[in-house]
Amino acid sequence: MLLTACGSDAGGNGGSSDGDGVTITWWHNSNNEPGLGYYQQVAEDFMADNPGVTIEISAMQHEDMGTKLDAAMQSGDMPDIFMERGGGEMADKIDAGLIRDLTDDAAETIEKLGGSVAGWTLDGRTYALPFSIGVVGFWYNTALFEEAGITDTPTTMDELFETIDALKAAGIDPISVGAGEGWPAAHYWYYFALRECSEEALNTAVSSLQFDDPCFIRAGEALEELIAAEPFNPGFLSTPAQAGATSASGLLATGKVAMELAGHWEPGVMQGLTDDGQGLGENTGWFPFPTTPTGEGDPTAALGGGDAWALSGDAPDEALEFIEYLLSDEVQQGFAENDMGLPTNPAAVDSISDPALAGLLEVRDSAPYVQLYLDTAFGQAVGGAMNDEIALLFAGQATAQDVVDAIEQAAGTAG
Amino acid sequence: MADGATRAPSAVATAAAAGPAQETVRTPRTDPPAGPAAAAARRRGISWRQRLEIAVLVAPALVLMVVFVAWPVLRAVQWSFFTWKGYGPLVDFVGLANYVSILTNDVFHGAVRHNLFVVVASIVLQLPLGLAIALLLNRPMYGQGVLRTIVFVPYVLAEVIAGVVWFQLLQPRYGVIDAWLERFGLSGPAQGWLGTPELALYAVMIVLTWKYLGMAVILMLAGLQGIPHDVTEAAEIDGASWWQTQWRITIPLLGPTMRTWAFLSMIGSLQLFDMVWILTRGGPANATTTMATFLLTEGQRRANYGIASAASVVLFVIALVMALTYQRFILSRDNTVDSPRRGKR
Repeated sequence: MLLTACGSDAGGNGGSSDGDGVTITWWHNSNNEPGLGYYQQVAEDFMADNPGVTIEISAMQHEDMGTKLDAAMQSGDMPDIFMERGGGEMADKIDAGLIRDLTDDAAETIEKLGGSVAGWTLDGRTYALPFSIGVVGFWYNTALFEEAGITDTPTTMDELFETIDALKAAGIDPISVGAGEGWPAAHYWYYFALRECSEEALNTAVSSLQFDDPCFIRAGEALEELIAAEPFNPGFLSTPAQAGATSASGLLATGKVAMELAGHWEPGVMQGLTDDGQGLGENTGWFPFPTTPTGEGDPTAALGGGDAWALSGDAPDEALEFIEYLLSDEVQQGFAENDMGLPTNPAAVDSISDPALAGLLEVRDSAPYVQLYLDTAFGQAVGGAMNDEIALLFAGQATAQDVVDAIEQAAGTAG
Repeated sequence: MADGATRAPSAVATAAAAGPAQETVRTPRTDPPAGPAAAAARRRGISWRQRLEIAVLVAPALVLMVVFVAWPVLRAVQWSFFTWKGYGPLVDFVGLANYVSILTNDVFHGAVRHNLFVVVASIVLQLPLGLAIALLLNRPMYGQGVLRTIVFVPYVLAEVIAGVVWFQLLQPRYGVIDAWLERFGLSGPAQGWLGTPELALYAVMIVLTWKYLGMAVILMLAGLQGIPHDVTEAAEIDGASWWQTQWRITIPLLGPTMRTWAFLSMIGSLQLFDMVWILTRGGPANATTTMATFLLTEGQRRANYGIASAASVVLFVIALVMALTYQRFILSRDNTVDSPRRGKR
């Protein structure tokens, strides 16, 4: 810690080329191969090119990292480089001076990443460099769809209802959802909001936290209509998202349901939940969220989010150099070849080998805009209240109006 | 190994010695009458050396108490008056707003109701069951030791492990319980035992009873060992049946044990967290929230540390008031019970 503090002073004096005795701490969540080994190699390459710089890596399981990061933020004893999801959560940290402003110091990299940095930009200043951005959509079991006689994936809500009926007729539970944890259920509401609301209405609501536009009520009503069709797995109100064979991901991975709404992480999660480590294997399919008949949003807009590298407020310039190196063509290509995520550097887009992820990347890059997960965008306090209210809507204990009211109440913008 | 083997019998010996020791307290006629006076003399005679000794011996415990109990409690009280995200300085003083917010929050009301339900249901279910099993296991019978162990096993199991096992047993359709029901042509609730808001709290309560019944049984059994045989023998000689002996002699003499157990059960119920978190996370639709899950959700997951702190203060006050009330009106009977009896003798 002392060394880091010294390094920060040296960096402040304008010297970034000589990294005499600088130790950088780096926390990431690639705690499994191939990611673990790849990042180790990347750090060693950087240290070889920059004598005197030592990178201390802590690779942690995702949830553990979140908990430790919260504690680190509270104590002020933070790692120099950490993962940041952007949105309202990041805004709180900026207010507390815990994140370094990268706008001027990393201008070149930020320009290369283009629109991807939007989720980590506040009032024209960019605070983190996104290295992986994914989109949410329906993952489905192609074998079960075939068994139910479904030849085309649904593109509209009407077609989705037909698909649900066909699956039910074949004795297959159509969709699993981990409503027990809130956010997987909430993703439905976000997507309906994305379909029902114009980009302008959505942006206004996200920045002002006022939801006067009737499209948000329509989003809730569309969700109520879906829930009324009873497409979800038995016990979905208490189903966890990803933990174990009876979680929403587990039910899809083991062929107990036909589809699930989830992000780019899903194939990886499913691989961990099956004995053979294959997940759904070659039966893995993906289709985007269907469109609604009254929607004002762009039908190809996507809901998504990602991870970015951020620096603590007092991180040394060597740490900045390192995260720029992480976003370089070379490292991002390796990142893509190892299927560690969906790279943001355009030069790495062609390097991805997994066909399902390559398909997602196409959807992401052809989307006119990628809306950040609304709970992340709103921050934990408002996002948590919103997710809980949406979970109540799934239980039939809240209305479309209640969801909007709960968000405005938590944000203090009601009235 | 050898160390453990020698230690075990000595522990039994201490426990056995505790029985007769109680007897001598209950019949203090032979005690030296100058108890209080002697104590006063001792107090006057305390030297600086002895005071230093006391200070040195007490200090480590006191320091731990201050650092890990008193200080966090005071910090929680302080945080409860601020809006605070968990980092940065405490600047946004809001007075009692956090308290107003939780006391008008339906979810928190629900949490308090669920806690009180568990307090009452635990005692109503586990006291008669625990007592009955203890009385049965206290009779000489074949396999007594094995049965006692079996009853106690759930309590020894780690709460998280027991929770995960029950979570899987209670899964809709694929869970063992639903599979059994199906074999008899029945079917569980469509959303599962833990997924149906109307049933979830009862399902949790049954798991809690399974988990903690062993604790009640073992305490009652220990209490039964403390009841002198001569009393029950005398009753038998007077022609009392087994039922009458239990009802008129054993159960009344077991009073202090039952009251202590109920106290522990009540405190445990108020702090209930692990089992609920693993089985339902407070859901479905907030049907099984407790005060502890509420404050974790607000604090850790929503970063509303001010609100979470206010909730923890409210939980602390509720637990303290209930504990003191219980001690004052119920446990106090056990402290004074000897004096009138002594007078009669």
